[in-house]
Amino acid sequence: MSSSAEKVYSNRPAPKKDETRVSLFDRLRYYLPTIIIFFAVLLLWEVLVRALQIKQFIMPAPSSIFEAFRASLAQMIALGVYTGTEALGGFILGCGLGIAVALATARWTAARETLLPLAIAANSVPIIAFAPIMNNWFGITNQTSKMAIVAVITFFPMMINMTRGLTLVDPSALELMRSYAVNEWTVLREVRIPNSLPYMFNAFKICSTLALIGAVVGEFFGGTRDALGVYITQEAALFRFENSWAAIVIACLLGIGFYVLIVAIERLVIPWHASVRKTEE
Amino acid sequence: MSVVSISSVNKIFGKPGENQTIALKDIDLQIEQGEFISLIGPSGCGKSTLLRIIGDLISPTNGTVLVNGKPAPQARENREYGIVFQAPVLFDWRSVEKNVQLPLEIMGKSPHERTARANEMLELVELNGFQKHYPYQLSGGMQQRVSIARALSFNPPLLLMDEPFGALDEITRERLNAELLDIWSRTKTTIVFVTHSIPEAVFLSTRVVVMSARPGRITQIIPIDLPQPRSGETRESPRYYELITQVREGLRGGEGMKE
Repeated sequence: MSSSAEKVYSNRPAPKKDETRVSLFDRLRYYLPTIIIFFAVLLLWEVLVRALQIKQFIMPAPSSIFEAFRASLAQMIALGVYTGTEALGGFILGCGLGIAVALATARWTAARETLLPLAIAANSVPIIAFAPIMNNWFGITNQTSKMAIVAVITFFPMMINMTRGLTLVDPSALELMRSYAVNEWTVLREVRIPNSLPYMFNAFKICSTLALIGAVVGEFFGGTRDALGVYITQEAALFRFENSWAAIVIACLLGIGFYVLIVAIERLVIPWHASVRKTEE
Repeated sequence: MSVVSISSVNKIFGKPGENQTIALKDIDLQIEQGEFISLIGPSGCGKSTLLRIIGDLISPTNGTVLVNGKPAPQARENREYGIVFQAPVLFDWRSVEKNVQLPLEIMGKSPHERTARANEMLELVELNGFQKHYPYQLSGGMQQRVSIARALSFNPPLLLMDEPFGALDEITRERLNAELLDIWSRTKTTIVFVTHSIPEAVFLSTRVVVMSARPGRITQIIPIDLPQPRSGETRESPRYYELITQVREGLRGGEGMKE
């Protein structure tokens, strides 16, 4: 009945996980150019600063930034934990609310049609401008005010993306569910929510960056010296720029770490999606 | 009792007073148990609309549709339809076997029964061994077979197929045609099949319903008296070509060709 070509195809066993996973060596070879360029840029930076005798306060050499970093490692880590907590707390709050509102709006069309245009408008407003207000509302020296800023910043991208993921569903999939005579909750569980997961992870990635920007910029407007943003501005004011730069490195590491964590979770949760899955052969 | 009984069904799109389109006009059709009915016609003749009305995915403007003696909405509530679309409409996040099990899960069948039934269905569409694969790992033809397995998994008395092989290449299509006939003869399911391929309609059907556009209506019903079971030889018989010519003339509205 079925031809030989199809038979050969169908005799193939299901691919094992190891087969689709790239070996460590291959991965290293893939990232090697990136790593080389990264260190080449650092080297060029170092050489230029020394050769052109650029002043410390304009542009410290990577070596002196690294030295400052090493000298106050414990403090750097403490700064990172403090601001990272603010970013993470606000992120969870903002994204959680964004998901909740999106679920509600997906369920009730009327709510969606009223709220979505407002959300899109709010998303194009530079919300970070509200940072001093939040500091005023929740107390300038505590972490709650920074979390509030982060929550407001991350809410809208999450809500908009999530609503799209919940509503941009293949119409045939909805017809299929209709033929099974299921209720709206089953459609939500079986179709809309799984369909929205790639959109959700996209929003997580956008929001991870926004969360750190929100926390650090919020701190620029005031806070204690435990905070990255405050430390950066104060050290800069005291002309200890290598310390400011070291703190910026911490902020960068936080951002990268946050992002990598989300990508790792994404691979676990939606291995079937085109953005994650590995093409065979 | 007919499996499907359609009488004086009309479907008009658009609100009164606006630009209305008459998608279907005065449709009457009886489909008996175990038949394989093809709906064929040019684009815009309402064949897909008619299929959706039978399946209660949309409602007719007026007229009645009875499925096994019950109104279509009630038949849908009773889950008497299996549906296969032109696209496979598989869920990317479910493995092949989980896709096939979807209707069984919804109907609250036990895990043991679901697995057994899914295996049986995958055997039927010759995809045994692919249980743990994900849709993206399959070719288009294989995905469509999973879709057929899913539609048949809960043993619906009526299978509705909307151009299921329209997106496939000719070779795959002919093979799946043969497989579908095999499945049909084994499961005794009544099938309503929308297509715009004349050879496909003639090869598969017990009757071909020829439709015309603007307004969509049935112009002719051609019984296909080719012997069962059909095979590659059927495609070479003179009668097959006569019937193809007859359907083609029917589509042109050639009244003079009636024998």
